[in-house]
Amino acid sequence: MTQLLYALLSLGAFALVAGIVLAVAQKVFHVEGDPMVEKIDNLLPQTQCGQCGYPGCKPYAEAVSGGVADVNHCVPGGERTMLAIADLMGVEPKDLEAEATAPMIAFVREDECIGCTLCIKACPVDAIIGAPKQYHTVISDHCTGCTLCIEPCPVDCIDMLMKPELIEHWSWPLPDTQRARLGHDRRETHAGHA
Amino acid sequence: MPAMLRKLAQRLGILQHSFAGGVHPEMYKVTAARPVEVAAIAPIHILPMKQHIGEACSPLVKVGDRVLRGQKIAKSEGYLSVPVHAPTSGRVVRIEEHAIPHPSGMGLPCIFIESDGDDESDTTLEPLTNWRELNPAILRERARMCGLAGLGGAVFPTFIKLVQDKRFPIETVILNGIECEPWLTNDHRLMLEKPHDILTGMAIVMHMVGAKSGIIAIEDNKPDAAESMRRALAEASEMQGVHVVVLPTRYPQGSEKQLIYSLTGKEVEAGRLPMHIGVLCQNVGTSKALFEAVVQARPLTERLVTVSGDAVENPATLSVRLGTPVRSLFASRGLDDLTGLHLLHGGPMMGERLKSVDVPVVKSTTGLLAMRTETMMLAHTEEQPCIRCGHCSEACPVHLVPNLLADACRSDQFDRAENYQLFDCIECGSCSYVCPANIPLVHYFRYGKGQIAQTRREQVFAEASRKRSEARERRIEAEKTEKAARRSRVRRDHAPAKPVESAEPENNDATQEKS
Repeated sequence: MTQLLYALLSLGAFALVAGIVLAVAQKVFHVEGDPMVEKIDNLLPQTQCGQCGYPGCKPYAEAVSGGVADVNHCVPGGERTMLAIADLMGVEPKDLEAEATAPMIAFVREDECIGCTLCIKACPVDAIIGAPKQYHTVISDHCTGCTLCIEPCPVDCIDMLMKPELIEHWSWPLPDTQRARLGHDRRETHAGHA
Repeated sequence: MPAMLRKLAQRLGILQHSFAGGVHPEMYKVTAARPVEVAAIAPIHILPMKQHIGEACSPLVKVGDRVLRGQKIAKSEGYLSVPVHAPTSGRVVRIEEHAIPHPSGMGLPCIFIESDGDDESDTTLEPLTNWRELNPAILRERARMCGLAGLGGAVFPTFIKLVQDKRFPIETVILNGIECEPWLTNDHRLMLEKPHDILTGMAIVMHMVGAKSGIIAIEDNKPDAAESMRRALAEASEMQGVHVVVLPTRYPQGSEKQLIYSLTGKEVEAGRLPMHIGVLCQNVGTSKALFEAVVQARPLTERLVTVSGDAVENPATLSVRLGTPVRSLFASRGLDDLTGLHLLHGGPMMGERLKSVDVPVVKSTTGLLAMRTETMMLAHTEEQPCIRCGHCSEACPVHLVPNLLADACRSDQFDRAENYQLFDCIECGSCSYVCPANIPLVHYFRYGKGQIAQTRREQVFAEASRKRSEARERRIEAEKTEKAARRSRVRRDHAPAKPVESAEPENNDATQEKS
């Protein structure tokens, strides 16, 4: 009888301790949100441009993670981003919908600007400064080239310009040898057909 | 086993330490026996706003200004930067973008100075002949304002190294007179012709960093230079702790970390600096420039340039004003027609091919070589498959495996390349030199490094964009809740019994929304 009591008590005590440990662990190691969304969001270029059809990078990341959206909708991210997301999600890479373009930045023609602040409100990364009835201007270092400021401008004074290439950011191209070209071409076709 | 025995002998001091790998290229030091000639002052000088590693300068002069030799014409922006000085007296004729010696062929803003032939010097700077009594901070400021940057080719702003850090006291100052690149003879000629200036510069460095001992490192293919430095050292009574060390010739011995290992047996770990092991390394040319800056109050406006190569019939080591167009230097050595020639900026191992001859001599111009195309290596066109001979790994002075690295870079597997320590590569070119399959290994590494750097820049930019975007969302959210709170407060305070008054605050809301 006592043996039975011991067994019940000890098992009960063990269950209690294990229960407390689990309860504490749940509080301490609680994961906020979906870690997959975070990971995908980290791969996206954060232009917040909406070209994927979602209102920003995070919403697109959520859609991809939930299996709602395909991996190939990020236009500024280009092929590299698509491949990285496909790799992370464990799905087959897909052809990009649009060709990636050269990096652009917005430029406000200040003498035409009427100071309406509409572009400031449209900019998803706060890269335009100005005040009502004052000229606005784009902080070129912060502009992601998303073009969201173009459409709201009532006087059409915003241009998209080529982002100036800095000599410090120049990098060596592949060597101009047949083998380097072959390898590169093979990689391109491989990525395209996969 | 022989390797172990050698290590043991080195430990015991029987054998000299020696860096790993390396190659023995043909030296072609054809200008070694010819005294330095002073190049004629060019009619026009082109001064790029960045001739050092770090941030670019901004012009201090405008078009039409008259400038004097040694006058500061561009001031540094930021800490890692040194100013630019006028190389001769004359007038500023243009300030515009112009090609500089850079593998991209791209340009930078440059100041164009038309020489007036007087070569009048700016004399506002005072010579500091009593440097022995001066605070190192004053001398450091002098090195900075005189535009000193490492003249061995890396052009790192010199003043940054010349500092006393209590955590890392400098014990040994190493003067680098190795000059292991083929063809180049600037340092060699300088040690023969100006040994006292070099030594005084070294004494200033040792005073500034508080070092007691010094080593002047020279390779054994320059016995006359070693002799010259020894003689000068014997005459300088106060430099007791300094001695000349002659090392067996091997490329790339002049590379800082390799040289330190050869001399001291101490290894500078990846990502750390010589000062972390108590060593400071200085090129002999920089040492002489420091002497001129301190004792003669002369900013850096000229440097030695070896104009050579197998297409130059009359090669020479020249003393050249910075900003001199490269074309005029070749012309002065009787080489007017440069078509079909391979032009190199720097030595043949690490130098870069010039895309244009309309570039000026800058602080990093150690040499200008004009080579016949048929003498250049085939590496850039005739790449063949790797035969796994392992010569590249044997030649690598930083213990990398170049063939695997090149494979990873060629196939854009940059994670793998980084795991193989791509960023430890010093781009000395030893692997490309020994490769029997003509694989342009270093070119692949530069490609890989550039791509990785680009990805990192994009990541940093994306992270900053995300932060701004999130801050904006938070702000909009806060504005919304604030507005809602205000609205409910107003509606509560102005009870429905008074509908007339409530119209006013709502108007306020509307204007808030607009702004």
